[in-house]
Amino acid sequence: MTAASPSISTLTSLPAPQKHYISGRAGYARRKFTNSFMLGLTGAMTLLALVPLFWIIGYVMYKGGQYINLDLLTQLPKPVGMVGGGVLHAIEGTLLLTVLAAIIAIPPGLLAAFYAAYHPNTPLGVALRFGTDVLSGVPSIVIGIFGYALVVKTQGHYSALAGGVAMAIIMLPTIVRTTEEMLKLVPHTLREGSLALGSPEWRTSLKVTFPAAMSGIVTGFMLALARASGETAPLLFTALGNDRFEMGKMIQNGLHAGQSLPAIFLNMLQQPVDSLPLTLYKYTQQPDVSRINQSWAVAFVLMVLVLTINIIARVIVERRMAKSRGK
Amino acid sequence: MTIEMNIPRVEPKNAVKSKKETHVGASTHAIESLVAKMQINKVSIFYDKFRAVEDITMTIPLNQITAIIGPSGCGKSTLLRSLNRMTDLTPRSHVEGEVMLDGDDIYAPHVDVVDIRRRIGMVFQRPNPFPMSIFENVAYGPRLYGIHDRKMLSSIVENSLRQAALWDEVKDKLDQSGMAISGGQQQRLCIARALAVEPEIILMDEPASALDPIATLKIEELMQELKSTYTIVIVTHNMQQAARVSSFTAFMMINSHRAGTLVEFGETPQIFTNPKNKQTEDYVTGRFG
Repeated sequence: MTAASPSISTLTSLPAPQKHYISGRAGYARRKFTNSFMLGLTGAMTLLALVPLFWIIGYVMYKGGQYINLDLLTQLPKPVGMVGGGVLHAIEGTLLLTVLAAIIAIPPGLLAAFYAAYHPNTPLGVALRFGTDVLSGVPSIVIGIFGYALVVKTQGHYSALAGGVAMAIIMLPTIVRTTEEMLKLVPHTLREGSLALGSPEWRTSLKVTFPAAMSGIVTGFMLALARASGETAPLLFTALGNDRFEMGKMIQNGLHAGQSLPAIFLNMLQQPVDSLPLTLYKYTQQPDVSRINQSWAVAFVLMVLVLTINIIARVIVERRMAKSRGK
Repeated sequence: MTIEMNIPRVEPKNAVKSKKETHVGASTHAIESLVAKMQINKVSIFYDKFRAVEDITMTIPLNQITAIIGPSGCGKSTLLRSLNRMTDLTPRSHVEGEVMLDGDDIYAPHVDVVDIRRRIGMVFQRPNPFPMSIFENVAYGPRLYGIHDRKMLSSIVENSLRQAALWDEVKDKLDQSGMAISGGQQQRLCIARALAVEPEIILMDEPASALDPIATLKIEELMQELKSTYTIVIVTHNMQQAARVSSFTAFMMINSHRAGTLVEFGETPQIFTNPKNKQTEDYVTGRFG
């Protein structure tokens, strides 16, 4: 025992084995019951949370599906009181407004997000994060009034441009915050790998970080688009509504008058314009059964449109990801 | 009593001796006969006011593998990252002292950090291939330095992949994603990517710690081949690895005011068999803390 290694000597000096004072079986039945009860509870609540989603989708499909027809998608509205006609103006208007808002909001939102993601503790980065948080909490009607003051007042008339600006402001916080979060999810080591090769930061962001975060960023754009294209309030004082809006005709007339396509589109932006949610809102107010029925169909179209945008984006992203990750 | 007798007492000297024998044949150099590629002079690295690495002075010899070993948190990686100014990327950190590369301080004003990082490449702990094809991963660096000619890029990519002992495994799938190959292959891809910009020094921050033993072995063999052309500095947790691959070893530890310091630096066989410092001996024999 003289030169024993320490582990052995401690082994002999261990106290005699005690009787177990904790039984492995104590409370087993109760623990098992608690576990299955809580599991059941969370499961039930999950189902409950899904109820509104499927209820809304199902109900809109059911009610809207009854009144949907080709005319609805391809014709302008008939005068109130007449049966038939469609909401082509609103479909075109929604597309125009959404694209315009995306063009206005995405570039600054994206770049700001890069700044915020890589300089989070600078005064500007903190201000941006705080600002976008506040902005996302501002009621959309207030943003509508802002658009009115900013564009409609200065220009002297309602326009698609004003609507686009208001919608862009709605989209901005979502774009900035989701992009920033996605960029932060890209492993830091990837960025370091590029910087260690001597790559400047902008190039690292453009060639390495951005592609790596692409899928999340695009999903963020789509969320922003989907949210903004469903907004009514910001358009009430900006895009106003225009049930004579018909892109095909405007382009035709413009070309006939010898205008170039960009000029025609710029013209279009100066017109008041309708959108699906705006039309939905107006139609439900009217004391006319056929308009009320059409508003269900409009809801249906709006839902399908938003869903389609989402699905297309996801497919594109999946393809890209599959390519960069390998199979 | 009998139990005790049966337990083999590990005699550290014995274990190291066998390693020494393989090493003696491989490299017995007098430090004086070597050319210094880098000279680290009184380098301290600070995070805010906290001194994480204190007063390091050591020499990185040309075309040798220098290992930095030490317990977790002793500042090995921080020191390594200061050698190609990756520490610049850590907010509120700064480096004092000199890091001389071929006699010029890389921290001197007007030094182009891009040029420093081209000359001193880095390989990280976790393989970090970019989310692009194998070809593009390797071509990324040369493109950065203005090479866009497709033929030239192809030959650089092939050369780099050959040097990294990866060419035969990937030559038929160069346009596949760099993330679709195994971890060991990814790490060699990252080495190829670093080689493609023709660096002089390669810093490796625990390059094999995320790999299995076979992939680790391949990386170690690769390092032996690369050292004829490049100067390599490797940080490793794994003392056997340091003993196997390096010619020189630096042992770092935390001192009384929680800063990483260099305890001992010398030829690897000497550090492992005949350490001058008590702390080094405790660490390499596994008697540490």
